[in-house]
Amino acid sequence: MSELIQNIRFLQEGPFAIPRWEALFSNIDVIWQGLLVTLLVASLGLVLALALGTVIGVMSTSHWRIARAVARVYVEFFQNTPLLIQVFMLYNAIPLMYPGLFIPVVVIGIFGVGMYHGAYIGEVVRAGIQSIGRGQLEAALSQGFSYVGTMRYIIIPQAMRIVLPPLTNQAVNLIKNTSVIAIIAGGDLMYAGDSFAGRYGHYGPTYVVVGLLYFLLCFPLARLTRRLEDQTRAA
Amino acid sequence: MEAFMNTPVMQMLSDPVLYLGLGYGLILTLEISALSIVLSFVFGTVLGSMRYSGLPVISQVATTYIEFIRNLPALLLILVSYFVLGLPAMWAATIGLTIYTSAIIAEIIRGGLNSVPQGQWEAARSQGFSFLQSMRHIILPPAVVKMIPAIVSQFVTVIKDSSFAMAIGAYELMFKGTILAAKYWKPAQIITIYVIISLVYFTINFIISTIARRLQTKLSAGRGTIGS
Repeated sequence: MSELIQNIRFLQEGPFAIPRWEALFSNIDVIWQGLLVTLLVASLGLVLALALGTVIGVMSTSHWRIARAVARVYVEFFQNTPLLIQVFMLYNAIPLMYPGLFIPVVVIGIFGVGMYHGAYIGEVVRAGIQSIGRGQLEAALSQGFSYVGTMRYIIIPQAMRIVLPPLTNQAVNLIKNTSVIAIIAGGDLMYAGDSFAGRYGHYGPTYVVVGLLYFLLCFPLARLTRRLEDQTRAA
Repeated sequence: MEAFMNTPVMQMLSDPVLYLGLGYGLILTLEISALSIVLSFVFGTVLGSMRYSGLPVISQVATTYIEFIRNLPALLLILVSYFVLGLPAMWAATIGLTIYTSAIIAEIIRGGLNSVPQGQWEAARSQGFSFLQSMRHIILPPAVVKMIPAIVSQFVTVIKDSSFAMAIGAYELMFKGTILAAKYWKPAQIITIYVIISLVYFTINFIISTIARRLQTKLSAGRGTIGS
């Protein structure tokens, strides 16, 4: 059997050779550490994105013109420029403007994906709020609810059903987009994989494992999105 | 005035090297994006139709591809195209983005087709419409209305994601800008360069986003209700 394996060239040389797999798995801790950073950036980034998105969404449906304008500018800026350049601005420009201020790359990642996906979630929240008839808002306000109270007790609970599927979809995109911090040496899963692969040239196995890990993070959420979409359609 | 013209930012802004560099970067960004958009639209339509068809093997192949690829970061696919497939940087970026975007567009196509109730098919076929006629006159008109805005905004994503190509050293706008930022090392100059690049991306994408929004309003007006 081992002789047979030794005679198959594909397993001995080339990008997916067995020694490359062995090298990867004897250094697999590097990958786990990267995965941990990705999980940290994704979860805190998601919290930030949800908070910002809710504020932006509520602002863009408010009566107050300035609030609507601010929300509009925020959304248009973040949706129409690459995440990468926003991350680079945080990474390069802030230390230039405030010399001596040191921001860890992980924090830049959290703010990068948080603010970027906050814009998308803001649009999702806006669409959710607007899907609830104007009458609901007027009824609640006429009953003495404050604007915030109306949102909290009347509009948001109903909008949840419409908002949830695109929201989980944004969570998937957010996880995938945490990978851009690899370009500023973010220490995340992509960076860990890429720098390990680059050091020894073991690209094949490393990318397979890194890809599988991203898939395992995203696929359950993507399935959930599909299920929620079906539920919304059925309702 | 004299003092203003001599500030580092003004010196940089009056240097043609800056515009040449960014211009070449922009051309490569547009090349990568345009090629990826065209290729992904073609493959995405094929994959989406394959999945929608429900035909035994064909539909499963498409489903596996779509579900696997759309749960991977686009950056990973670009890196794989470059380091594993060994393509030159510009092509690695184009192919990586195409592999990824095809899966996304396929889902948009399938979603649009699925949004037309099954009953419409049955009604069309029972009235003697052929498969192609049902598609052409009954299914596609409302489905396309749903698809077009989503596809156009996906184009914006492609243009933004083409900046990932700097990870493999393709001299597109983002990478060119970063190189220039290293050449002009004064803080105000570096920030100015990033602002310029942002504005370039913003202008292109804002125009496309606006078209997508217009299309949505225009296409959905007077459609979708019985008797309209």
